[in-house]
Order: sequence, then structure tokens, then C-alpha cells
Amino acid sequence: MYMDSARDVPSGGFNFDNCRRNAALLQGGFKPPTTTKTGTTIVGIIYKDGVILGADTRATEGPIVSDKNCAKIHYLADNIYCCGAGTAADTETTTDLISSQLELHRLNTERQVPVVCANNMLKQMLFRYQGHISAALVLGGVDKYGPHIYCIHPHGSADKLPYATMGSGSLAAMAVFESRWKPDLSEEEGKVLVRDAIASGIFNDLGSGSNVDLCVIRKDSTEYLRNYELANKKGERQLNYSFKKGSTPILHTTIKDLQITERVHVVPMEIS
Amino acid sequence: MSILAYNGGCVVAMRGKDCVAIATDHRFGVQAQTISTDFKKVFHIAPRMFLGLTGLQTDILTVRDRLMFRKNIYETKENREMAPKPFSAMLSNFLYEHRFGPYFIEPVVAGLDPKTLKPFICNMDLIGCPNEPDDFVVAGTCAEQLYGMCETLWRPDLEPDQLFEVIAQSMVNAFDRDAMSGWGATVYIIEADKITERSLKTRMD
Amino acid sequence: MNSLGIEQFPDYKVPGVQHVDFHPYESNGGSVVAIAGDDFVVIAADTRLSSGYTIHSRDQSKLFQMSSRTVLGSTGCWCDTLSLTGLVKLRMQMYEHTHLKTMTTDAVAQMLSIIMYNRRFFPYYVSNILAGLDKDGKGVVYSYDPIGHCERATYRAGGTAGSLLQPVLDNQIGYKNQNVPADQLPKLTKERAVAVASDTFISAAERDIYTGDSVLINIITKDGIEEKTLQLRKD
Repeated sequence: MYMDSARDVPSGGFNFDNCRRNAALLQGGFKPPTTTKTGTTIVGIIYKDGVILGADTRATEGPIVSDKNCAKIHYLADNIYCCGAGTAADTETTTDLISSQLELHRLNTERQVPVVCANNMLKQMLFRYQGHISAALVLGGVDKYGPHIYCIHPHGSADKLPYATMGSGSLAAMAVFESRWKPDLSEEEGKVLVRDAIASGIFNDLGSGSNVDLCVIRKDSTEYLRNYELANKKGERQLNYSFKKGSTPILHTTIKDLQITERVHVVPMEIS
Repeated sequence: MSILAYNGGCVVAMRGKDCVAIATDHRFGVQAQTISTDFKKVFHIAPRMFLGLTGLQTDILTVRDRLMFRKNIYETKENREMAPKPFSAMLSNFLYEHRFGPYFIEPVVAGLDPKTLKPFICNMDLIGCPNEPDDFVVAGTCAEQLYGMCETLWRPDLEPDQLFEVIAQSMVNAFDRDAMSGWGATVYIIEADKITERSLKTRMD
Repeated sequence: MNSLGIEQFPDYKVPGVQHVDFHPYESNGGSVVAIAGDDFVVIAADTRLSSGYTIHSRDQSKLFQMSSRTVLGSTGCWCDTLSLTGLVKLRMQMYEHTHLKTMTTDAVAQMLSIIMYNRRFFPYYVSNILAGLDKDGKGVVYSYDPIGHCERATYRAGGTAGSLLQPVLDNQIGYKNQNVPADQLPKLTKERAVAVASDTFISAAERDIYTGDSVLINIITKDGIEEKTLQLRKD
């Protein structure tokens, strides 16, 4: 164990080695650095044959957009997906971790994992970390008990709802749901409703933006519609900003030749 | 002031047509005082892959060493070269491991896949949230200025020569408006058959 | 480490207890860019007014036409902007009635600096850029800090996306770092100034959440002020 830590072999779980040093540094009057947040509008609804999840695609660092097209609908299992808002690294890793645990669970039990199981694992993990993992999630899936949407808060509380919204654009999206959601929507109606809810977040909330992602989960099929709608395109620049060769003053150049001895033709693996 | 801005410095990477470019400034300072003007924040870690690290200098060196250790273990175990994509996944996991006591760095990875030779660029925040866009990534004290420059100058399918001019102009003009970065710059252009390293003549103030 | 203070649990604070803090300033976002040429000046500003994560208005001009040859672009705390521009307009009118002539751009620039410094210890929270033609008909740009420091320039970006845009102007208008000798700099045309100003806003709207919706461009020449608009991202 001692040797492992000296050699920095990852031991699993979080590493708190830097905490004391960082606390001392922060006491010196430095501000803690900002992490990438997903300001985010994420939503989920139940419709006639399953659930539809939706998300915007903007990630921000303070007032600056750090990622214009990030994926906020994460895979948990073939029948379960999860939208994440909050600290981007937290939502990403939390869903990845639970996804692998769900797969192991499925192999152990030899049956499709129910949505409530994902909900329990997520909320128990978040509760264990007492809100320090800031992931706000909208969990959706279909199992043999029917369609389910759960709303999971960073401290580990969860609600089971027919339609849910989360993130900084949650009010804008919820306004759309409160006025137009009804039980037993058709798939087309459902998609339009979710698209409109996300669009209202994108346009009215500055923390959300760019494109609309959708994920439709039915009883025995799933459709991940990445960039379902490109709601915002970049404007056309009027000038062409190319430079004459040699515009930038260079002090010296070194070229390192890489010998190409073989060419590899990559054939994509067939997945049945 | 954030600890990430304690030593100053910036890195930017861009994707071109079958090539990528990564650039770094040369400043190493302690707050407003410049200590040295030959500290490159970009490290050559595989034949066609570079890692750029900005932020607290002590962490830049520590993270570089720890990553090299893990990468060497991987390459010894697997007996093959590590591609940029798994490398950034490893980097992301490494940073998230330190979620509650982070290293104060912002990494940038740029390279070509050793097999397919496809361009790859990626950056992360200090706790390892990966971002792999198809245009450019920036990090450092003049990130805002770099976003403005790159967003205006970058366009798809730049040839290596043009890519060099675009990334060099973006970086030099951006750090001229930032007191914490600058003092010389180096640009690396990574192509399938060669790596061109150019050091730039810049303002030294 | 004080990890169990009540401030860590805002939900469990005693209801009804009000903490009255005085927050006199708010940032309402927005950016301004001004570029001066030999016989014209271009000033552009986006039209989004916001605070926090909410948009107040998508169509609010931040350009104030002070006279036929002077335009003031102002962002920051919108109430301060309104109060300040109102005061400047009033003082300009008083000047006109007293001296029977319109204030020149240089005079407005100096007066604005004094008005702002008058509030040295409770400043107007604004980022001002004044553009106009000087008494010789040459384009000028003046930029200010919130307490009235005034600097004459030929191009300037300010507001929330100021730091994104200023290096672009250095490069594309000032031809900085491009190996161009000082005597061979191409002459700036009106068309190029307008195009660069529009393109910088397209870039700013991509990355700055407080800049967007549309951009309003004023082109000031001796013949008057021409207005143009360009749509930007709305998210």
C-alpha cells in the first residue's frame, strides 16, 4: 500500500492528498477556480408508449461558453438514460459509474434492470456525498412496470413525476409543460412538446443554449436523437481572415520527420 | 485572483485538415513578477501527441510526471502506443480522482491517432470534464482573448501553413492583451509525416 | 474548517428573518465596439439587456446619439447608463443655449470624464465608449473606465465581451504582429470597419452569454449618422 502510493498507482475512489495544501492556498486570499458548469435545461416526460428526455447542449465557465455542443443525455442502460445538470464533470462521472454498476447488476440478475434500481443507486450515491457532488439529474426509462421519470437532486432526494425539468432553465421549460402536458400524448406530440420546452430554456435562459438533444425510450426500443434540432447556427462572417504566408515573425524552425513504415487500414468492428 | 492565474500562461490547440496545431507561451511568473521566459507549457508525450498544461506551475510538473508514469505503465502492459483519445480519458479520470482536492491546472491534448491519423483535440476543466470540439480549444489566463481571436480567425479544413498563421496570430494577439502571459511563444504543427516546431518573435513586455 | 455553519444550509434559515444588504450595482451585460477612420467612425453595440441568467430585453439600443457627429456607447449597470447619458444630454443642451453652438466630440469627451469623476467614491458602474468626428472631421474614439479616466484611441472594444474583442481589433484594424511596416499599413475603409465590427460581434455572441440577439451599427460621417442592424444568435 505504501509503495503503491509512492508510485502513484490509482487505488480507486477519491484521492484527498491535495486537500490540506489547497485549503492553505485558498486561505491566502485566492479565489477557488471555476469549474465547467452546465447551466442547462434538461427535461423528461412520460407519453403514451414510454418516455422522452430532452436537453440543451451548452456548457459554461462563468459567463463564457466553454462547449457549444456537449451531450447532456447520458447512457445508463439500454432502457434507461439520464440527463445531467450542475458541475459537468460530476454528472459525467456519476452517470458513467452508475451505468457500469447497472450493467454488472444486469449480468448478475440476468434480467433487465428496472428504472427504480438506477434511481436508488444514484440517490444513495449522491446522499452519501452530502451534496458535494453537484449533479442534478432527470432519470428516465421504461421497464416491465412501465415508463418512469425521476428527478434527482444533488443532496440525494428524488421525486417520481410524470414530467420533470431541472437546471437553470427549469422554470422556462416547466412553464411549457404546465400549460401543455397531458396524459397519453402521442410520440409526435411528445417530441414537439419536449422540443418546445428545451427551446424555451435555450432562448430565455442564458445558461442554456445551442442545440436540442432528444432521447425517446419505448417499451422495446430506444432512439437517441443527438442534435435533433440545430436551434442556433453561427453567423456568416463577412470577411475572409486568411493571412499571407510569413505574416507571423518566426525566430527559428525545427522540423522533426516521422518515418512512416506501415500504413494501417482500419475496418470498423461489426456490432450485431 | 484565482490560483489558476498565479503563474500565468496560456495554451491553445486547433484542428486543421489532416493536421493539428498546439501553441504555448513562454512566461513563468509569480503573480505580476516575471521569473523566467523559457517555460514551455506544452510537452511532447508521444510521437504524434502533445499535452499542454496551464495553471499552477508546481501542479503542471507534477501532473505531467504522474501522467507519464501512468502512460508508460499502459504502454508496457499493452505493448502499443497510447492514442490521444484513451490518453485524455485517462487524464480525465486522473483529475476527477482529485475531485475534492484538485490539481490547479487546465489541460489541453492535441495529436493524431497513431493508427487512423485522425486529428484529435481536447481540453478539460481542473476536475476533468472533457470537451472535444471540432474547431479549437483554449486554456490559461487569456482564455477569453483566445476565444475571441479563434472564433474570428478559425475556419474548417485549414492547411498546415494556414493553420500555423491562424494559431500563431490568435495566440500572439490574445496574450498581448494579457499581462500574465506572453514573452515568446512556440507553435507545434503535427502532421502525419512530420512535426514542425516554430518559435515566434513576440513583444517581450 | 467551518463546515457546519448555517450559511451552508440556506434552506434551513429561520423564516422571516431578513438580511438587508445594499447592492446598488447590477451588471446588465452587453458589448460596444468602435473603430475610427480618417473621415468616419463606426460604433456598434449589441441589443441584449440581461441580468444573471435572464434576458430583460432583446432590442435595447445601447448607442446614444448625443449630436449629429457624436455617439456614446454605454454598457454596465443600465440604470447608471440612463442616468449618466441623461445628464450628459442635459449638459450638452445647456452648453448649446449658452454658447449658441453644438459641443464638439472632444468637448463632450472631456465633460464626460469630469461628470464621471465627480462620482469618484460612488461611481457610475458603466463602461463607456464615445465615438465621433473631431473638429477637423477626423474619426475619434474615446474609452473610459468607471471613474472617468479617458483615453483617445482609434479602435476600442468594451463591455462584457470587451476582452474577447479587443485583440481581434488589434489584429484586424491595427495590423499588430503581422510583419507590416508602419508606413505600409493599408488605409482603413468604411466597408472594412463595418465588416470587422459585425464579425467581431458574431464571434462574441458565440462565446459570451451576455452578448447576442442583434447588433446595432452607427456609421458617423460628415453627412450624418447611418444606422444598420445585423441579427445575432438568440440563445
